[in-house]
Amino acid sequence: MQNALEISGLKKVYKGGFQALKGIDLTVKQGDFFALLGPNGAGKSTTIGVITSLVNKTAGEVKVFGHDIDQELEAAKSYLGLVPQEFNFNQFESLMRILVNQAGYYGVERSVAHERAEKYLKQLDLWDKRNDAGRMLSGGMKRRLMIARALMHEPQVLILDEPTAGVDIELRRSMWEFLRELNSQGITIILTTHYLEEAEMLCRNIAIIDSGVIVENTDMKSLLAKLDVETIVLDLSVGGAEPKLADFCYRIIDDHTVEVDIKKSQRINDVFSQLTEQNINVLSLRNKSNRLEELFVSIIGSGAANENKPNGAQ
Amino acid sequence: MSSARNMIALKSILHKEVHRFMRIWVQTLVPPAITISLYFVIFGELIGSRIGQMGGFDYMSFIVPGLIMMSVITNSYSNVASSFFSAKWQRNVEEMLVAPVPNWVIVAGYVGGGMCRGILVGCIVTLISLLFTEIQIHNIWVIIATVALTSATFALGGLINAIFAGSFDDISIIPTFILTPLTYLGGVFYSITLLPDFWQGVSQINPIVYMVNAFRYGFLGISDVSLIAAFSVLGGFIITLFVIAMTLITKGIGLRS
Ligand SMILES: Nc1ncnc2c1ncn2[C@@H]1O[C@H](COP(=O)(O)OP(=O)(O)O)[C@@H](O)[C@H]1O
Ligand SMILES: [Mg+2]
Repeated sequence: MQNALEISGLKKVYKGGFQALKGIDLTVKQGDFFALLGPNGAGKSTTIGVITSLVNKTAGEVKVFGHDIDQELEAAKSYLGLVPQEFNFNQFESLMRILVNQAGYYGVERSVAHERAEKYLKQLDLWDKRNDAGRMLSGGMKRRLMIARALMHEPQVLILDEPTAGVDIELRRSMWEFLRELNSQGITIILTTHYLEEAEMLCRNIAIIDSGVIVENTDMKSLLAKLDVETIVLDLSVGGAEPKLADFCYRIIDDHTVEVDIKKSQRINDVFSQLTEQNINVLSLRNKSNRLEELFVSIIGSGAANENKPNGAQ
Repeated sequence: MSSARNMIALKSILHKEVHRFMRIWVQTLVPPAITISLYFVIFGELIGSRIGQMGGFDYMSFIVPGLIMMSVITNSYSNVASSFFSAKWQRNVEEMLVAPVPNWVIVAGYVGGGMCRGILVGCIVTLISLLFTEIQIHNIWVIIATVALTSATFALGGLINAIFAGSFDDISIIPTFILTPLTYLGGVFYSITLLPDFWQGVSQINPIVYMVNAFRYGFLGISDVSLIAAFSVLGGFIITLFVIAMTLITKGIGLRS
């Protein structure tokens, strides 16, 4: 299978001397669903900017389907569709015009562009708004408009820079569904996120970036396998003595809640038997779904990851 | 394949540009019509009747070509300056930058849009002037060539202005401090032969003198400068400004970080 994207030795020093990328290597296979994960300021948007020629690189190579952006920029560009992090459409134009114009920049005839715009506006639930100006849309709608816009020339690779930032849960799920559907049709999808669950839910392969360096680049399964700790939250019967768990790392949250870290080598059963011995009943149990977060912490250190915890626990 | 794609891209930019100034016609087409009507009333009717003849024609007939040219200049310039700057400011210029649109297509598209506005306003002003005076035509081809080249020149100027501009103020500084003075001193209201020798000489370096005079020649058959000089100046400006605009966009000045 061909590589949709090959990046090697990519560096970016912004005016003023700040080095945002310190030599990045990345390969994304055709048909992949790829996550570029990292905290704010890690260099995700800079990387996307270089790939889509909105940012001039300082050093390194970028190839899109084998076309080097230094030598065959226009060929490389025609494979890519970009959904940027910031809204960047004309706020005063109607949705229909925004889409048809964008298609035109890629050489799509107006009649074809109108059909496609109708298709995507309907799929993304924006058809009723087609004659409204961009500024009339809600945040989630604007994001969907930019997805529709990125698809107008039927790109091979769809790049989304933090597509669900500021989008509510309900819409986020339908957006994920839409992206999965596109991917199943063979479109390579690259998305950046600092929302960890998103990468886990959607992506097959992942690179983790921090301070302009790729600190991890692997498939999602082996990444998750690396994590050997799971945390469970136990809801205990009230009134008993404070639970004590030998050999386990645990935290007492309040008089009836305790969090226990379970390593791969340990068994949940041992927790139960110890609690039974102390006459403490477990009323319910849930998995604290933060495996990726912990991984994140273990890879890049706790400082960077704290703000990215969706549930803000701990 | 790629040239067909470029043509569609060029048409899209043009389409977008024309649609923009038509959508906001109250801001783009009405003001020049009002301004020019005032000039006709004040300078042509009220004051002009006391001035008598200029260059062998009554004053109103003398200033009409210059006033048309003045509106072509300001409108082609400000159309591109505001449109391109606003595309930068709203960041929708990125729509073009990520797409396989060659830089010359971007330049041609915006300049074409500016020319359309300049020429359309020129036509509106011409129609208004018919309410005040009769217009004679000496050489239609000179008129068409001058108006096309002048609007292209100033559309390019507006584009370069917008590329450098960092705020909306920056796109009104050049029109206010350079364009307007050059236009007023460009022989719109007087024949430069009336000036003392020294100021006649100075006027020779004002490019607008050449444009206004070539245009006036198209209508009245009189000019303070030779047509060859006028078209050479226009050609020279277009080539120079085009090269500058292309260089700036290729380097991504004000567009890429
Ligand atoms: N135009 C710019 N000039 C200077 N520094 C910048 C510019 N854009 C981004 N940076 C800096 O580069 C770093 C990476 O930014 P960015 O790629 O936007 O991060 P991310 O998308 O991962 O949040 C940040 O520290 C940011 O402040
Ligand atoms: Mg970013």
